[in-house]
Amino acid sequence: MTIDIIPIEHMQVVYDRPEALACNHTHYCPGCTHSIAHRLVAEAIDELGLREQTILVAPVGCSVFAYNYFTVDGCEAAHGRAPAMATGIKRVSPDKTVITYQGDGDLASIGIAEIIHAAARGEKITTIFVNNAIYGMTGGQMAPTTLPNQKTTSSPSGRDIASTGAPLKISELLAQIDGAVYVVRRSLHDVKHIRQAKKAILTALKVQQAGLGFGLVELLSTCPTNWGMTPVDAMHWVETAMMPYFPLGDYKIADSVHKLG
Amino acid sequence: MAQGTIVIDQDRCKGCELCTTVCPQGVIAMDMMALNAKGYHPAVLQDPQHHCTGCAICAVICPDVCITVYREIPQPRKNKLEEVTSHGA
Repeated sequence: MTIDIIPIEHMQVVYDRPEALACNHTHYCPGCTHSIAHRLVAEAIDELGLREQTILVAPVGCSVFAYNYFTVDGCEAAHGRAPAMATGIKRVSPDKTVITYQGDGDLASIGIAEIIHAAARGEKITTIFVNNAIYGMTGGQMAPTTLPNQKTTSSPSGRDIASTGAPLKISELLAQIDGAVYVVRRSLHDVKHIRQAKKAILTALKVQQAGLGFGLVELLSTCPTNWGMTPVDAMHWVETAMMPYFPLGDYKIADSVHKLG
Repeated sequence: MAQGTIVIDQDRCKGCELCTTVCPQGVIAMDMMALNAKGYHPAVLQDPQHHCTGCAICAVICPDVCITVYREIPQPRKNKLEEVTSHGA
């Protein structure tokens, strides 16, 4: 059977780089899902037309240069203090959309106080929490979210929960706080889940636009380099090892968020 | 099925191979004969039979936003466009 070949000039573009994502090459390792998370945030910003009024607060960690990768205004917070800085920005400019983008070393370790109190105060900011169960930038040390028996450079025999405690489940923790109105966990390990994560980020930004309260989207992510895996194996590990411990789901959706539709 | 194609910006590609594992038509491969400026074997579209449907699944998973996806314009819309063009002329 012969088919008529349609030249590319007669086709329409159905997927291209979002405008809110800068053209810079990222410094992330091959297969790192940080870049996927960046793209989803940028797409959500574009779809809501918020590019000119968004301020992104970058963390310390692998995503420390996040402000270079978006075409929105941004600033860099001290380690773990992104929610505190975002609080100040949002209170001074309540008409802006303020997003903090934080990893698990930043948010769940040194910045745990800031995130809990930002949620407790019901700050009208959105936090994108990238959980890859390890400290990426500093060379693969154990994080508060490292799984039991997971080998890292600072737990070479595997995480011993008898001496180091069990991994923190941040979404479950923050869902207990009244000021948090939208807390969900999604994963970036395959196309279906990436699309679900995008919807969650869109909802979280709408929650902020409506001024309902604190919103957080936790994204299970990979760190192929420090896990010592190929990117493809790392995606599989998220599904088989991380998801049983960090179940995906909607941990807090306040009635006011349901009314948004 | 709709015809489509992709354009891979090979200079951005870091050779993670994720696109090759998700393509439903299996038309993306790694170009083991080429190295890009970063030193990786980049992904390449190998689609002599024009099986690509422009589903964009590869672009959704590509961490480095290397892939632009094109798809044929759906027929009814194409006819409308032609109508508009011919009326305009």
